[in-house]
Amino acid sequence: MTEFGQYLASQLLAGIQTTVILFVGCALVGNLLAIPVALARLSAKAWLRYPAVAFILAFRGTPLLVQLYLCYFGVGQLLAGVPSIRYSPLWPMLRGAYCYAFLTLSLNTAAYCGEIWRGAIQSIPDGQREAGQSLGLSKTRIMISVLLPQAFRLALPAIGGQNILLLKGTALASTITVFELMGAANLVRAQTFRVYEPLFAAALGYFLLAVLVTTGFGFFERRLARRY
Amino acid sequence: MDSIVSWLTLLGFGDKGWGDELLRGALLSVEISISAYIVGLALGLAGALAKLSKRRTAVFVAVAYTTIIRSIPDILIIFLVYYTATDAVRSVVTFTGLASEFQINGFVAATLSLGIVQGGYSTEVLRGAIAAIPRGQAEAAHALGLTRRQTFFLVTLPQMIPLALPGLGNLWLVVLKESSLVSLIGFTELVLAGKMAAGATRAYFPFYCAIALVFLVMSSLSAMLFHALETSTVKTGRRR
Repeated sequence: MTEFGQYLASQLLAGIQTTVILFVGCALVGNLLAIPVALARLSAKAWLRYPAVAFILAFRGTPLLVQLYLCYFGVGQLLAGVPSIRYSPLWPMLRGAYCYAFLTLSLNTAAYCGEIWRGAIQSIPDGQREAGQSLGLSKTRIMISVLLPQAFRLALPAIGGQNILLLKGTALASTITVFELMGAANLVRAQTFRVYEPLFAAALGYFLLAVLVTTGFGFFERRLARRY
Repeated sequence: MDSIVSWLTLLGFGDKGWGDELLRGALLSVEISISAYIVGLALGLAGALAKLSKRRTAVFVAVAYTTIIRSIPDILIIFLVYYTATDAVRSVVTFTGLASEFQINGFVAATLSLGIVQGGYSTEVLRGAIAAIPRGQAEAAHALGLTRRQTFFLVTLPQMIPLALPGLGNLWLVVLKESSLVSLIGFTELVLAGKMAAGATRAYFPFYCAIALVFLVMSSLSAMLFHALETSTVKTGRRR
């Protein structure tokens, strides 16, 4: 392998590692947060419903790039102006871009997946809830044992698609100096003035990761279908 | 209080404010979104027809196109299209000797890269809408002696528009938000204009908030518009 090839491979491998960590972490946090977001959105209590509506509207109505900029440059700058945060032991972590990328991508996923969950929960026939009531189950029990498992099966294909979008969204973390796969490709491009090799190699990397995630979700869907 | 007043000065119009620059950026964002949407619809229609055709190569090309677009980050595709397209055009121009120094227009480059991404998504929406029209319609048109082009424009297209409208509305919202990505290839739309203003004044938070708010307003207005379009097409359908 040529010197350039070795350099490219080592950079991209490090980038893939960061991409995978970022994706898995944000997918876990985002997908788990999506359920409380959906439940708050469906709640009869206004103080729960309106914040959820605003949260979903804000994250779905603005570009991910702007959310990343606002979080990293905007909130980051505000935090730097607060002395108790500026000189706290947490500052080395809060100064880096990584935690802002993590936060933005997780909340973005929570908003989009929350809306998917809401649709799935709403499309379950009312009789299911009523049957639960007549069996004497509590409201929480009905939600956990009756409604959510059925909603999950309905929502799974859309959630799979949303997680592919999250994987593609991690590429934007490079714009706030997180060196994931896209960032690594840009770094090699800037240092060696070779345009096509790093970009095509990164494209191949994302393609393989997307195939992996799609296959994983497909496998999961088939297993669920078999069980019921 | 002081900071709020200075924020308002920064966002205002005139010499000290950046409001006019942001407004110009927002207009460019809308323009680039519309042109990319049109390019995307044209590519999507071609892709949908190719996917539904009987020619193997056409199906293969269309499937490869949508698979690639849907599994690779949009920003990577935009970079690739931007560099390859500008390189290709430049080498053609210099090879034919029309000009030695040549720079492709930023608007054209941005439209092309965003439109190619958008085309991948529109293919699926339009394919679904065409496939949902019963085969009997095409057969009836054939029996009436319509040509294939007449069948498409007189029978298929008018019927698929109401079916495709929800998907097309979503696609418009997607392209409106994706237009922010062309700031990364140096096109001065809303995000890059705001970024420059934020960098020059070091007031990052108010400017990024303002950008987000403008996008929120634009996407909310679009959503209302498409909702009205959908209800109006449903109504005319019912009246018949």
